[in-house]
Amino acid sequence: MKRSSILISCLAGAFAILPLIAQPTAPKGNSQVPPAQSKHAPPPAYSSDGERVFKQNCSRCHEAPQSFPPQISGTVVRHMRVRASLSEQDEKLILKFLNP
Amino acid sequence: MAVFFLMASIAAHAQDEKGQNIPLISGGVGFLTNTSGGNTSYNPILSPLIAAPLGSRILVEGRGYILDVFYPNGQAGYARFHFQGLTYLQANFIASRHLTVVGGEFLTPFATYNERLSPLWISNLQNGPLISGIGVMGSASSVGGMVRGSAFSNSHVNADYAVYYSANSTNPNFSAEHSSGGRGSLYFPNERLEVGASFGRRLQATTANFAGVHVWWEPASTALKLRSEYAHAPHASGYWIEADYRLSRFNGGESFIGRIEPVFRMQQTFRSAPDPGDGLPSADTQETDFGLNYRLPHEVRLESSYSREFSSTGDKNIWQTGIVYRFLFPTWRGK
Repeated sequence: MKRSSILISCLAGAFAILPLIAQPTAPKGNSQVPPAQSKHAPPPAYSSDGERVFKQNCSRCHEAPQSFPPQISGTVVRHMRVRASLSEQDEKLILKFLNP
Repeated sequence: MAVFFLMASIAAHAQDEKGQNIPLISGGVGFLTNTSGGNTSYNPILSPLIAAPLGSRILVEGRGYILDVFYPNGQAGYARFHFQGLTYLQANFIASRHLTVVGGEFLTPFATYNERLSPLWISNLQNGPLISGIGVMGSASSVGGMVRGSAFSNSHVNADYAVYYSANSTNPNFSAEHSSGGRGSLYFPNERLEVGASFGRRLQATTANFAGVHVWWEPASTALKLRSEYAHAPHASGYWIEADYRLSRFNGGESFIGRIEPVFRMQQTFRSAPDPGDGLPSADTQETDFGLNYRLPHEVRLESSYSREFSSTGDKNIWQTGIVYRFLFPTWRGK
Protein backbone atom coordinates (compact mmCIF):
# COMPACT_ATOMS: atom_id res chain seq x y z
CA MET A 1 0.00 0.00 0.00
CA LYS A 2 2.71 2.47 0.99
CA ARG A 3 4.90 1.51 -1.93
CA SER A 4 1.96 1.82 -4.31
CA SER A 5 1.13 5.27 -2.96
CA ILE A 6 4.70 6.45 -3.52
CA LEU A 7 4.72 5.06 -7.03
CA ILE A 8 1.42 6.69 -7.87
CA SER A 9 2.58 10.02 -6.45
CA CYS A 10 5.74 9.89 -8.53
CA LEU A 11 3.84 9.10 -11.71
CA ALA A 12 1.34 11.86 -11.01
CA GLY A 13 4.15 14.32 -10.44
CA ALA A 14 5.86 13.29 -13.64
CA PHE A 15 2.64 13.78 -15.55
CA ALA A 16 2.06 17.18 -14.01
CA ILE A 17 5.39 18.57 -15.22
CA LEU A 18 5.10 17.04 -18.68
CA PRO A 19 3.63 20.16 -20.30
CA LEU A 20 6.40 22.25 -18.78
CA ILE A 21 9.23 20.20 -20.21
CA ALA A 22 7.69 19.88 -23.65
CA GLN A 23 9.35 22.37 -25.99
CA PRO A 24 7.23 24.45 -28.33
CA THR A 25 7.41 23.12 -31.85
CA ALA A 26 5.23 23.98 -34.80
CA PRO A 27 2.91 21.09 -35.59
CA LYS A 28 3.17 19.34 -38.91
CA GLY A 29 0.48 17.93 -41.13
CA ASN A 30 -3.19 18.34 -40.34
CA SER A 31 -3.11 18.23 -36.59
CA GLN A 32 -6.30 19.43 -34.97
CA VAL A 33 -4.38 20.69 -31.98
CA PRO A 34 -3.79 24.46 -32.02
CA PRO A 35 -0.21 25.53 -32.77
CA ALA A 36 2.04 25.38 -29.76
CA GLN A 37 3.33 28.60 -28.28
CA SER A 38 5.89 29.87 -25.89
CA LYS A 39 4.81 31.19 -22.52
CA HIS A 40 4.63 34.80 -23.68
CA ALA A 41 3.46 34.22 -27.21
CA PRO A 42 0.24 35.89 -28.41
CA PRO A 43 -2.94 33.85 -28.68
CA PRO A 44 -3.13 31.43 -31.63
CA ALA A 45 -3.67 33.08 -34.99
CA TYR A 46 -6.67 31.73 -36.88
CA SER A 47 -7.32 32.07 -40.56
CA SER A 48 -10.97 32.90 -39.95
CA ASP A 49 -13.57 33.31 -37.23
CA GLY A 50 -14.94 29.96 -38.30
CA GLU A 51 -11.64 28.23 -37.57
CA ARG A 52 -11.43 29.96 -34.20
CA VAL A 53 -14.94 28.91 -33.21
CA PHE A 54 -14.33 25.41 -34.50
CA LYS A 55 -11.21 24.95 -32.40
CA GLN A 56 -12.65 26.65 -29.35
CA ASN A 57 -15.77 24.52 -29.30
CA CYS A 58 -15.46 21.24 -31.18
CA SER A 59 -12.07 20.27 -29.76
CA ARG A 60 -13.22 20.73 -26.18
CA CYS A 61 -14.70 17.25 -25.93
CA HIS A 62 -13.04 15.27 -28.68
CA GLU A 63 -10.48 15.29 -31.42
CA ALA A 64 -12.02 16.58 -34.61
CA PRO A 65 -12.43 13.96 -37.35
CA GLN A 66 -9.42 13.87 -39.65
CA SER A 67 -11.73 14.34 -42.59
CA PHE A 68 -15.32 13.83 -43.68
CA PRO A 69 -17.27 14.27 -46.92
CA PRO A 70 -18.64 17.80 -47.53
CA GLN A 71 -22.16 16.49 -48.10
CA ILE A 72 -22.54 15.76 -44.36
CA SER A 73 -20.97 18.97 -43.09
CA GLY A 74 -24.37 20.55 -42.46
CA THR A 75 -25.51 17.50 -40.52
CA VAL A 76 -22.35 17.45 -38.42
CA VAL A 77 -22.70 21.12 -37.54
CA ARG A 78 -26.39 20.83 -36.71
CA HIS A 79 -25.62 17.88 -34.45
CA MET A 80 -22.92 19.94 -32.75
CA ARG A 81 -25.24 22.92 -32.38
CA VAL A 82 -27.63 20.78 -30.34
CA ARG A 83 -25.02 18.79 -28.42
CA ALA A 84 -22.67 21.69 -27.63
CA SER A 85 -25.36 24.39 -27.40
CA LEU A 86 -23.64 26.45 -30.04
CA SER A 87 -25.12 29.80 -30.85
CA GLU A 88 -26.70 30.35 -34.25
CA GLN A 89 -23.83 32.65 -35.19
CA ASP A 90 -21.23 30.03 -34.26
CA GLU A 91 -23.09 27.40 -36.26
CA LYS A 92 -22.94 29.57 -39.37
CA LEU A 93 -19.26 30.37 -38.88
CA ILE A 94 -18.31 26.72 -38.51
CA LEU A 95 -20.35 25.71 -41.54
CA LYS A 96 -18.64 28.41 -43.58
CA PHE A 97 -15.26 27.24 -42.28
CA LEU A 98 -15.99 23.65 -43.32
CA ASN A 99 -17.32 24.76 -46.73
CA PRO A 100 -15.27 27.82 -47.75
CA MET B 1 -31.51 -0.92 -36.92
CA ALA B 2 -35.03 -0.67 -38.28
CA VAL B 3 -35.38 2.71 -36.61
CA PHE B 4 -32.13 3.87 -38.15
CA PHE B 5 -33.17 2.86 -41.66
CA LEU B 6 -36.56 4.50 -41.18
CA MET B 7 -34.90 7.76 -40.16
CA ALA B 8 -32.58 7.61 -43.14
CA SER B 9 -35.39 6.97 -45.60
CA ILE B 10 -37.46 9.85 -44.23
CA ALA B 11 -34.50 12.15 -44.42
CA ALA B 12 -33.79 11.11 -47.98
CA HIS B 13 -36.68 13.33 -49.02
CA ALA B 14 -35.47 16.27 -47.04
CA GLN B 15 -32.14 17.23 -48.58
CA ASP B 16 -31.19 20.84 -48.65
CA GLU B 17 -30.29 22.80 -51.74
CA LYS B 18 -26.55 22.72 -51.12
CA GLY B 19 -26.49 18.99 -50.47
CA GLN B 20 -24.70 19.38 -47.12
CA ASN B 21 -27.40 17.87 -44.96
CA ILE B 22 -27.25 14.23 -45.92
CA PRO B 23 -27.90 11.89 -42.98
CA LEU B 24 -24.74 10.49 -41.48
CA ILE B 25 -23.72 7.33 -39.76
CA SER B 26 -21.03 7.67 -37.17
CA GLY B 27 -19.89 5.88 -34.05
CA GLY B 28 -17.19 3.59 -32.82
CA VAL B 29 -16.25 -0.05 -32.88
CA GLY B 30 -13.71 -1.51 -30.54
CA PHE B 31 -12.23 -4.46 -28.75
CA LEU B 32 -11.52 -3.84 -25.08
CA THR B 33 -9.97 -5.90 -22.32
CA ASN B 34 -10.48 -5.34 -18.62
CA THR B 35 -8.68 -7.00 -15.72
CA SER B 36 -10.17 -5.86 -12.43
CA GLY B 37 -9.02 -7.43 -9.18
CA GLY B 38 -7.58 -10.35 -11.14
CA ASN B 39 -10.74 -11.06 -13.16
CA THR B 40 -10.35 -10.56 -16.90
CA SER B 41 -13.04 -9.93 -19.49
CA TYR B 42 -12.89 -9.35 -23.25
CA ASN B 43 -15.41 -6.91 -24.67
CA PRO B 44 -16.08 -6.41 -28.39
CA ILE B 45 -18.39 -3.43 -28.79
CA LEU B 46 -20.14 -1.53 -31.57
CA SER B 47 -21.79 1.82 -30.90
CA PRO B 48 -23.42 3.32 -34.02
CA LEU B 49 -24.93 6.78 -34.23
CA ILE B 50 -27.19 8.16 -36.92
CA ALA B 51 -28.16 11.79 -37.41
CA ALA B 52 -30.75 12.80 -39.98
CA PRO B 53 -31.77 16.42 -40.64
CA LEU B 54 -35.36 17.06 -41.67
CA GLY B 55 -35.85 20.41 -43.35
CA SER B 56 -33.95 23.36 -41.96
CA ARG B 57 -34.88 23.11 -38.28
CA ILE B 58 -35.18 19.46 -37.27
CA LEU B 59 -32.55 16.88 -36.49
CA VAL B 60 -33.42 13.30 -35.56
CA GLU B 61 -30.58 11.38 -33.97
CA GLY B 62 -30.02 8.15 -32.13
CA ARG B 63 -27.23 6.05 -30.72
CA GLY B 64 -27.21 2.37 -29.86
CA TYR B 65 -24.80 -0.26 -28.68
CA ILE B 66 -24.08 -3.94 -29.17
CA LEU B 67 -21.77 -5.36 -26.54
CA ASP B 68 -20.50 -8.84 -25.78
CA VAL B 69 -18.64 -9.73 -22.61
CA PHE B 70 -16.47 -12.84 -22.60
CA TYR B 71 -14.72 -14.09 -19.48
CA PRO B 72 -13.13 -17.39 -18.38
CA ASN B 73 -15.78 -19.64 -16.89
CA GLY B 74 -13.36 -21.39 -14.54
CA GLN B 75 -13.29 -24.56 -16.58
CA ALA B 76 -11.95 -24.82 -20.10
CA GLY B 77 -13.89 -22.16 -21.92
CA TYR B 78 -15.48 -18.76 -21.75
CA ALA B 79 -18.84 -17.53 -20.61
CA ARG B 80 -20.56 -14.90 -22.70
CA PHE B 81 -23.06 -12.17 -22.00
CA HIS B 82 -24.70 -10.19 -24.77
CA PHE B 83 -26.16 -6.71 -24.44
CA GLN B 84 -27.77 -4.43 -27.00
CA GLY B 85 -30.03 -1.46 -26.88
CA LEU B 86 -30.64 2.19 -27.55
CA THR B 87 -28.66 4.79 -25.69
CA TYR B 88 -30.88 7.59 -26.93
CA LEU B 89 -33.29 8.41 -29.74
CA GLN B 90 -34.38 12.01 -29.90
CA ALA B 91 -35.83 14.64 -32.19
CA ASN B 92 -34.47 18.17 -31.95
CA PHE B 93 -36.42 21.18 -33.15
CA ILE B 94 -34.41 24.39 -33.42
CA ALA B 95 -37.17 26.80 -32.49
CA SER B 96 -35.11 29.98 -32.35
CA ARG B 97 -31.54 31.19 -32.05
CA HIS B 98 -31.74 30.60 -28.29
CA LEU B 99 -34.05 27.62 -28.00
CA THR B 100 -33.94 24.00 -29.13
CA VAL B 101 -36.80 21.72 -28.12
CA VAL B 102 -35.91 18.05 -27.67
CA GLY B 103 -38.34 15.16 -27.44
CA GLY B 104 -37.89 11.42 -27.06
CA GLU B 105 -35.23 9.55 -25.16
CA PHE B 106 -32.20 11.71 -24.48
CA LEU B 107 -29.08 11.61 -22.34
CA THR B 108 -29.84 13.14 -18.96
CA PRO B 109 -28.15 16.56 -18.85
CA PHE B 110 -26.30 16.43 -15.57
CA ALA B 111 -22.68 17.59 -15.27
CA THR B 112 -20.52 16.81 -18.31
CA TYR B 113 -19.53 13.15 -18.46
CA ASN B 114 -22.83 11.64 -19.52
CA GLU B 115 -23.52 13.85 -22.52
CA ARG B 116 -20.04 14.71 -23.69
CA LEU B 117 -17.47 12.12 -22.68
CA SER B 118 -19.30 8.80 -22.47
CA PRO B 119 -19.15 7.79 -26.17
CA LEU B 120 -16.73 4.97 -26.85
CA TRP B 121 -14.71 7.01 -29.34
CA ILE B 122 -14.40 10.06 -27.06
CA SER B 123 -13.68 8.82 -23.55
CA ASN B 124 -10.00 8.85 -22.63
CA LEU B 125 -10.42 6.03 -20.13
CA GLN B 126 -12.67 3.01 -20.54
CA ASN B 127 -14.15 3.25 -17.06
CA GLY B 128 -16.34 6.22 -16.34
CA PRO B 129 -15.79 8.26 -13.18
CA LEU B 130 -17.00 6.71 -9.93
CA ILE B 131 -19.54 9.52 -9.53
CA SER B 132 -20.95 9.19 -13.05
CA GLY B 133 -24.09 7.62 -11.59
CA ILE B 134 -25.04 10.72 -9.61
CA GLY B 135 -27.80 12.84 -11.10
CA VAL B 136 -28.35 10.81 -14.28
CA MET B 137 -31.31 8.92 -12.78
CA GLY B 138 -30.37 5.29 -13.15
CA SER B 139 -30.25 4.53 -16.85
CA ALA B 140 -28.45 7.80 -17.71
CA SER B 141 -31.27 8.49 -20.18
CA SER B 142 -34.56 10.32 -19.75
CA VAL B 143 -37.81 9.99 -21.68
CA GLY B 144 -39.77 13.17 -22.11
CA GLY B 145 -38.88 16.68 -23.15
CA MET B 146 -36.00 19.07 -22.83
CA VAL B 147 -35.32 22.66 -23.79
CA ARG B 148 -31.76 23.76 -24.29
CA GLY B 149 -29.59 26.19 -26.17
CA SER B 150 -27.37 29.19 -25.98
CA ALA B 151 -29.04 31.82 -23.80
CA PHE B 152 -26.47 34.49 -24.49
CA SER B 153 -23.36 34.60 -26.58
CA ASN B 154 -20.70 37.06 -27.67
CA SER B 155 -16.99 36.91 -28.32
CA HIS B 156 -16.19 36.79 -24.60
CA VAL B 157 -18.74 34.43 -23.09
CA ASN B 158 -21.35 31.86 -24.04
CA ALA B 159 -24.05 31.01 -21.52
CA ASP B 160 -25.88 27.77 -22.24
CA TYR B 161 -28.64 25.88 -20.49
CA ALA B 162 -30.58 22.61 -20.56
CA VAL B 163 -33.78 21.90 -18.60
CA TYR B 164 -35.68 18.62 -18.82
CA TYR B 165 -38.64 16.67 -17.54
CA SER B 166 -38.79 12.89 -17.73
CA ALA B 167 -41.61 10.42 -17.24
CA ASN B 168 -41.18 7.03 -15.63
CA SER B 169 -40.63 4.37 -18.28
CA THR B 170 -40.12 0.67 -17.71
CA ASN B 171 -39.80 -0.21 -21.39
CA PRO B 172 -36.44 -2.01 -21.63
CA ASN B 173 -35.40 0.06 -24.66
CA PHE B 174 -36.53 3.37 -23.18
CA SER B 175 -35.84 2.96 -19.51
CA ALA B 176 -36.12 6.15 -17.45
CA GLU B 177 -37.13 7.48 -14.07
CA HIS B 178 -39.66 10.18 -13.29
CA SER B 179 -37.40 13.16 -12.75
CA SER B 180 -36.54 16.69 -13.72
CA GLY B 181 -33.44 18.83 -13.66
CA GLY B 182 -31.06 20.85 -15.69
CA ARG B 183 -27.65 22.34 -16.19
CA GLY B 184 -26.30 25.78 -16.84
CA SER B 185 -22.77 26.77 -17.76
CA LEU B 186 -20.65 29.69 -18.78
CA TYR B 187 -17.90 29.27 -21.36
CA PHE B 188 -15.21 31.89 -21.79
CA PRO B 189 -13.72 31.11 -25.23
CA ASN B 190 -10.68 33.36 -24.94
CA GLU B 191 -9.63 31.75 -21.70
CA ARG B 192 -11.08 28.39 -22.75
CA LEU B 193 -12.58 28.10 -19.33
CA GLU B 194 -15.97 26.59 -18.59
CA VAL B 195 -17.79 26.58 -15.27
CA GLY B 196 -21.22 25.12 -14.72
CA ALA B 197 -23.71 23.74 -12.26
CA SER B 198 -26.32 20.97 -12.47
CA PHE B 199 -29.38 20.03 -10.51
CA GLY B 200 -31.62 16.98 -10.65
CA ARG B 201 -34.62 15.78 -8.67
CA ARG B 202 -35.98 12.24 -8.67
CA LEU B 203 -39.76 12.46 -8.45
CA GLN B 204 -40.79 8.83 -8.06
CA ALA B 205 -40.80 6.57 -5.00
CA THR B 206 -38.41 8.24 -2.54
CA THR B 207 -37.69 11.68 -3.90
CA ALA B 208 -34.08 12.80 -3.89
CA ASN B 209 -32.09 15.84 -4.94
CA PHE B 210 -28.76 15.77 -6.75
CA ALA B 211 -26.39 18.65 -7.39
CA GLY B 212 -23.10 19.07 -9.16
CA VAL B 213 -20.57 21.57 -10.45
CA HIS B 214 -17.98 21.25 -13.18
CA VAL B 215 -14.92 23.19 -14.27
CA TRP B 216 -13.06 22.63 -17.52
CA TRP B 217 -9.96 24.49 -18.57
CA GLU B 218 -8.10 23.93 -21.81
CA PRO B 219 -5.37 26.57 -22.16
CA ALA B 220 -5.03 27.69 -25.75
CA SER B 221 -1.25 27.76 -25.66
CA THR B 222 -0.85 24.05 -24.93
CA ALA B 223 -2.49 20.71 -25.67
CA LEU B 224 -3.28 20.20 -22.01
CA LYS B 225 -6.89 19.61 -21.02
CA LEU B 226 -8.08 19.78 -17.43
CA ARG B 227 -11.57 18.59 -16.57
CA SER B 228 -13.24 18.18 -13.23
CA GLU B 229 -16.59 17.50 -11.64
CA TYR B 230 -18.03 17.41 -8.16
CA ALA B 231 -21.42 15.81 -7.50
CA HIS B 232 -23.55 15.38 -4.42
CA ALA B 233 -26.26 12.77 -3.77
CA PRO B 234 -28.35 12.33 -0.58
CA HIS B 235 -26.03 9.67 0.82
CA ALA B 236 -22.78 10.08 -1.08
CA SER B 237 -20.64 12.60 -2.90
CA GLY B 238 -17.42 12.69 -4.84
CA TYR B 239 -15.22 14.37 -7.39
CA TRP B 240 -12.88 13.59 -10.25
CA ILE B 241 -10.12 15.58 -11.89
CA GLU B 242 -8.72 14.50 -15.24
CA ALA B 243 -5.75 15.82 -17.17
CA ASP B 244 -4.75 14.71 -20.61
CA TYR B 245 -1.93 16.03 -22.66
CA ARG B 246 -1.29 15.14 -26.28
CA LEU B 247 2.43 15.37 -27.02
CA SER B 248 1.84 17.40 -30.16
CA ARG B 249 4.62 19.79 -29.21
CA PHE B 250 7.08 17.10 -30.16
CA ASN B 251 7.16 17.59 -33.94
CA GLY B 252 3.40 18.06 -34.27
CA GLY B 253 0.33 15.99 -33.70
CA GLU B 254 1.01 13.68 -36.64
CA SER B 255 4.51 12.71 -35.56
CA PHE B 256 5.32 9.42 -33.85
CA ILE B 257 5.67 11.10 -30.46
CA GLY B 258 2.92 13.62 -31.12
CA ARG B 259 0.32 10.87 -31.37
CA ILE B 260 0.89 9.84 -27.75
CA GLU B 261 -1.65 11.08 -25.21
CA PRO B 262 -1.00 10.43 -21.51
CA VAL B 263 -4.04 10.70 -19.26
CA PHE B 264 -4.23 11.07 -15.51
CA ARG B 265 -7.38 11.01 -13.42
CA MET B 266 -7.80 11.27 -9.68
CA GLN B 267 -11.12 10.59 -8.01
CA GLN B 268 -12.59 10.18 -4.59
CA THR B 269 -16.02 9.28 -3.24
CA PHE B 270 -17.48 9.74 0.23
CA ARG B 271 -20.26 7.60 1.62
CA SER B 272 -22.45 8.92 4.46
CA ALA B 273 -25.10 6.19 4.46
CA PRO B 274 -25.87 3.02 2.50
CA ASP B 275 -27.75 3.62 -0.75
CA PRO B 276 -27.44 0.94 -3.44
CA GLY B 277 -29.42 3.13 -5.83
CA ASP B 278 -26.87 5.89 -6.37
CA GLY B 279 -24.28 3.72 -8.09
CA LEU B 280 -21.35 4.81 -5.95
CA PRO B 281 -19.06 2.44 -4.02
CA SER B 282 -20.42 1.19 -0.70
CA ALA B 283 -17.47 2.69 1.21
CA ASP B 284 -15.21 5.72 0.89
CA THR B 285 -13.00 5.11 -2.13
CA GLN B 286 -9.97 6.71 -3.73
CA GLU B 287 -8.80 5.86 -7.21
CA THR B 288 -6.00 7.04 -9.45
CA ASP B 289 -6.00 6.22 -13.15
CA PHE B 290 -3.06 6.41 -15.52
CA GLY B 291 -3.83 6.11 -19.21
CA LEU B 292 -1.62 6.07 -22.26
CA ASN B 293 -3.41 6.39 -25.59
CA TYR B 294 -1.92 6.37 -29.05
CA ARG B 295 -3.79 7.92 -31.95
CA LEU B 296 -3.05 6.04 -35.14
CA PRO B 297 -4.00 7.46 -38.56
CA HIS B 298 -7.47 6.83 -39.96
CA GLU B 299 -9.30 7.44 -36.68
CA VAL B 300 -7.89 4.42 -34.87
CA ARG B 301 -6.87 4.76 -31.23
CA LEU B 302 -4.95 2.36 -29.04
CA GLU B 303 -5.82 2.60 -25.36
CA SER B 304 -4.16 1.35 -22.22
CA SER B 305 -4.59 2.24 -18.59
CA TYR B 306 -3.73 1.21 -15.07
CA SER B 307 -5.87 2.13 -12.08
CA ARG B 308 -5.35 1.60 -8.38
CA GLU B 309 -8.42 1.68 -6.18
CA PHE B 310 -8.15 2.15 -2.42
CA SER B 311 -11.15 1.27 -0.29
CA SER B 312 -11.89 -0.14 3.15
CA THR B 313 -13.63 -3.00 1.35
CA GLY B 314 -10.36 -3.92 -0.36
CA ASP B 315 -7.74 -2.41 -2.64
CA LYS B 316 -7.47 -3.57 -6.23
CA ASN B 317 -5.69 -3.01 -9.50
CA ILE B 318 -7.52 -2.42 -12.78
CA TRP B 319 -5.72 -2.96 -16.08
CA GLN B 320 -7.39 -2.07 -19.35
CA THR B 321 -6.39 -2.15 -23.00
CA GLY B 322 -8.29 -1.58 -26.19
CA ILE B 323 -8.39 -0.56 -29.80
CA VAL B 324 -11.17 1.73 -31.03
CA TYR B 325 -12.04 2.82 -34.56
CA ARG B 326 -14.25 5.83 -35.10
CA PHE B 327 -16.26 5.90 -38.32
CA LEU B 328 -18.12 8.76 -39.97
CA PHE B 329 -19.69 8.63 -43.40
CA PRO B 330 -22.82 9.69 -45.26
CA THR B 331 -25.73 7.32 -45.69
CA TRP B 332 -25.49 7.83 -49.44
CA ARG B 333 -23.32 9.72 -51.87
CA GLY B 334 -25.77 12.56 -52.52
CA LYS B 335 -25.67 15.11 -55.29
